Amino acid sequence: MDQFIQQFLTGLSIGSILLLVAIGLSIIYGAMGIINLAHGEFVMLGAYTAWFLQVQFGMGLLTSLVPIFILVAAFGWLIERFVLSFLNNRPLDTILATWGVGIMLQQAVRLTAGGELRYVKMPEILSNSADVLGVQISLYRIFLLAASLVLFAATWLLMNRTTVGMKLRAIIQDRSVAASFGVNARRIYGLTFAYGAGLAGLAGALVSPLKSVSPEMGTGYVIDAFMVVVLGGVQSLVGTVASAFVLGELSGVIAFLQNDTVAKATVLLAIVVLIRFRPQGMFATRVRA
Amino acid sequence: MKLTRRQLIRNTAAFGAFASAGFPHIWIKNADLASAAAGEIKVGVLFSLTGTTAIIEESLNKATLLAIEEINASGGIKGMKIVPVVEDPASDPATFADKARKLVVGDKCVSVFGSYTSASRKAVLPVFERQHNLYWYPTLYEGRECSKNVIYTGAVPNQQQDEFIPWLINKFGKKFYLIGSNYIYPKEENNYCKKLLQKYGGEVVAEEYVPLGHSEFSSVINKFKSTQPNVIFSTVVGDSVVALHRQYHAAGLDPEKMPMASLTTSENEVAAMGGEAAAGHFTSAPYFMVYKSPENEKFVAAYKKRWGADKVTHFVSEACYFQIHLFKQAVEKLAVSDITPPNIRDAVKGQETLAPQGKVRIEPDNLHTWLWPKIAQAQSDGQFKILVQAKDWLKPLPYAAYPGQVCSEKGLVVQN
Repeated sequence: MDQFIQQFLTGLSIGSILLLVAIGLSIIYGAMGIINLAHGEFVMLGAYTAWFLQVQFGMGLLTSLVPIFILVAAFGWLIERFVLSFLNNRPLDTILATWGVGIMLQQAVRLTAGGELRYVKMPEILSNSADVLGVQISLYRIFLLAASLVLFAATWLLMNRTTVGMKLRAIIQDRSVAASFGVNARRIYGLTFAYGAGLAGLAGALVSPLKSVSPEMGTGYVIDAFMVVVLGGVQSLVGTVASAFVLGELSGVIAFLQNDTVAKATVLLAIVVLIRFRPQGMFATRVRA
Repeated sequence: MKLTRRQLIRNTAAFGAFASAGFPHIWIKNADLASAAAGEIKVGVLFSLTGTTAIIEESLNKATLLAIEEINASGGIKGMKIVPVVEDPASDPATFADKARKLVVGDKCVSVFGSYTSASRKAVLPVFERQHNLYWYPTLYEGRECSKNVIYTGAVPNQQQDEFIPWLINKFGKKFYLIGSNYIYPKEENNYCKKLLQKYGGEVVAEEYVPLGHSEFSSVINKFKSTQPNVIFSTVVGDSVVALHRQYHAAGLDPEKMPMASLTTSENEVAAMGGEAAAGHFTSAPYFMVYKSPENEKFVAAYKKRWGADKVTHFVSEACYFQIHLFKQAVEKLAVSDITPPNIRDAVKGQETLAPQGKVRIEPDNLHTWLWPKIAQAQSDGQFKILVQAKDWLKPLPYAAYPGQVCSEKGLVVQN
């Protein structure tokens, strides 16, 4: 029984990390329809910002979360304003452009911050482990789970309960009609992209105490993030959450019973099969065509 | 146009004459072999400065250049300067082969210093064997190779494990959990580890491989908890090492009861994971930054002065450093007109030098290096504390896990 609870909590933890990384993409790719291959690099930028604030100003991870969000979001806004906004409705060019941006970011970080792995300190109060239902689990992992759910709730509220969210949804449904009602599509797109980028940055900062920080760290995360969003259903936020936790539990269990190599392969295979028979993903939002 | 017999003969003869004059290597053996010229000795430096393994290879590039600069500053080799030709193979084996060909054929380097991963070494091997050139490989690796065109200055499995495994069994117990990254190096190391465990009465509770670059170890840690090994024997490499240690620490496991024993965790990885996650775990290697010797103090001081006070030296960068000195000694023995890769290889056999880790020597039979095994424990300040030092240097046995196979001067000998 203990082992079962342990494994269940592990799955939740893996899922929460997937959710953290995927939630920004779920806005940018899911809602705005931009295939952003630089998403992983936004995650990486967040981790490096955390490292930079820690080394330069001695800021702890928790206090630097807000500045990290603002900095990476501002950077995302610049990318949207000066690169992507010129590529509206040109998905192939967008893929190439974001890929190029990603490579440039990697090399820029390598040139400025150096190529070696960087260290981000775990907050002191969260560095122990706690007893949950009779099993030991890291406090920091519990914190990540909570953080991912809070960010999800904030995003859901933003999309569904604010005017910005309503305008965004209007633009997604029909840009020209929304524009004729006086919605400034350009501005909303910029803000939304910035928000998604900021979330990615937060994800990078939050996972950095458990993982390593290097210029290439984003490459792995971007794949995970796309897997989660595609499996969950591209336009569904709830789908993203469900799919993150399903993938987390699945890979956790398979990794426990077999090993991580098998888990990775099986999970990918399962996604391919599912997409073959249900291309819209687990949760499809109905959109009037 | 009709071709007469006379024309054919004339043309063929002319072409033949041109070919043999223009491409002399058709009839003069080894005429295009690289050699030293015009008061300088060109060598290639082939470490990735971009891509995934740049994280570590950058430091290898730096240690190599430092040694070359030191030698040049003190007068070079017989008055000739060593000229390094630096190429960036971008962590990609195919690019390694391309750049190696460029260094050997294009630049006519008499030796190339390079590679961190086994994959990149295997990729350049055919270039060096076909061109009769010489590759100097500084990394600890899995052994089971017997090339006459590579000088191996890193440790092979017997030099890292022969002392380590019995010491671990003695101190912590018999149950070992083998965890590694999923490629050839960890598998060969574990192969040898299992032989030693059998010999000393140890036992393998699990053997597991994670994908390269893997960073989510929570399921693995659950398995540590459920199998309760005495020792976790880790050959996980690269940034995965950092993730594994940090998550082990966050999960509240205790290194005093279940330490990780690693062949791959150096000062470099410890700096990235932070002292608190590294503290208490063990590494076996021929060199640690804290090792006390005049040569090492000089090396560490020079390295920090040249590349920055926050930089660390580690067991691969140390080999990068001393192998340049071995190269210098070998070249010194040769007449200027004789500085060719095969002659350098013959001259380096049996050469000894005082390296930061102690006196090392190239074994004439297999071109690997006699090294000084050490066992050390990571401390919370990010450095290691050396607990055991070998009383004697240890002979390299690249085929230690394969009884009946010996790497000799003639090549691999298989006895039945």
